[in-house]
Amino acid sequence: MIPRYQKILFGLLLAASVAMGATLWHLRQRAHERLIAGQDSAPTSAPDVAPAEQATLLVANDSNGAMLTQFLSLPLPADPGARARAVLGKLLDLYAAPDAAHPVPGGASSVTQVFLLPATELGAAAKPKLADSKTVVILSGESSATPPAALSQQTPQFGPQMAVVNLSGTFAASHPSGIETEMLTVLSICGTLHANLPRVTQVRFLVDGAQRATFAGHADLTRTYLAADAIPAEEIRP
Amino acid sequence: MRSTKWTLAALLACGMAASPVTAQQAPSVPQARFVVVLDAAHGGDETGGRLANGQFEKTFTLALTTRLRSLLAARGIQVVTTRESDAAVEPEKRAEIANHAAAQACLSLHASESGSGVHLFVSSLPPVQQPARFPAWKTAQGVSVARSLKLAGVVNSALLQAGMSTTLARTTLPAIDSMTCPAVAVEIAPERSALHETTAELDNKDYQARVATALAAALVEWRTEARQP
Repeated sequence: MIPRYQKILFGLLLAASVAMGATLWHLRQRAHERLIAGQDSAPTSAPDVAPAEQATLLVANDSNGAMLTQFLSLPLPADPGARARAVLGKLLDLYAAPDAAHPVPGGASSVTQVFLLPATELGAAAKPKLADSKTVVILSGESSATPPAALSQQTPQFGPQMAVVNLSGTFAASHPSGIETEMLTVLSICGTLHANLPRVTQVRFLVDGAQRATFAGHADLTRTYLAADAIPAEEIRP
Repeated sequence: MRSTKWTLAALLACGMAASPVTAQQAPSVPQARFVVVLDAAHGGDETGGRLANGQFEKTFTLALTTRLRSLLAARGIQVVTTRESDAAVEPEKRAEIANHAAAQACLSLHASESGSGVHLFVSSLPPVQQPARFPAWKTAQGVSVARSLKLAGVVNSALLQAGMSTTLARTTLPAIDSMTCPAVAVEIAPERSALHETTAELDNKDYQARVATALAAALVEWRTEARQP
């Protein structure tokens, strides 16, 4: 004969067990729903923090030593420095692709920073130039997008800029060796910057925040490059 | 005894008769000294690029320099090299050697696995119209850029005649930019067809010989042009 108090105790324990089981099942369901809700909100594509705009990339090709212009639609930030970094990141992503015509490992993460500074006038003898005629065409071609020369000189916010491109040491160390391949990387970076930010007229390079002589023993990275000279003449003719 | 005298007299007569002809054939003006500087890129710890066969660029350029020097010496051209062994030579030292040699042509030899054929580069410095008495070291090539472009044209023609594909471009190489001689950087890449199939690797002896012979022919042509009034 089971005493009555034991029956009541057993009933209470059974009820408590059922209640606890129901609570656990409910909590599990809530956790599962929360997890699913979290997965839904996870970004599956690049966040559109900025409206997509047309970006111009000068893409190098090792087989003929030329640069081809590619137009891509990219979400570009309004800030010029971030915009320059985004465009160069896309350019280096193309070079890191398996079937790239100018293969350079690294990708977008290789562009650590891009600083934009007011440009200073270079001495004629210090300017590394590719062709005399190209500069003239470039400067005349950007007249619609830039203020008059007098205004540019008086107000630095409208004047020419120098872009200082800080690249990662890994990118520089893994760059293929050769005059042509190194020059193509330098010129395509300069040309891409100028095509998207016409005020950028000069470009300098840093690697891990410090000056480096070359990528792999050839193209001089200590010089100031004239960005306009990197753009093929036929690409900028009106 | 008498026969010996007659023999000597006959020889003297022949010599006197022949001497005016020899004098007429000899050039009246002594030819200018023609010196070529060959710069084998890299060396020592600075190995340059690694080529497909595992060889370093420094080894390839030194071997090509040696081969080209022999070809030029056989054609009577005086050659000065920036290095004769696997030694590290700073770019400033290379330019210094070239400038001391007062050369009529300077070739900086490189090799690369990227691209195709032979790439010719001239300094991207703007030409200096009125050379200063003491040109800036880093931009000394400015005084010779116009002649460097002409030299690149001659080298390009010789390579094309030898059936090789070439590209011409401008570059910023510290050693070249400080040279005052007409200077061209020659970068040899594997020979590839239009379909990007490799037809001759850099270690192909025939390919190396064709490049060296074409470069030697170009420098002989450059000497001929330099001697023309």
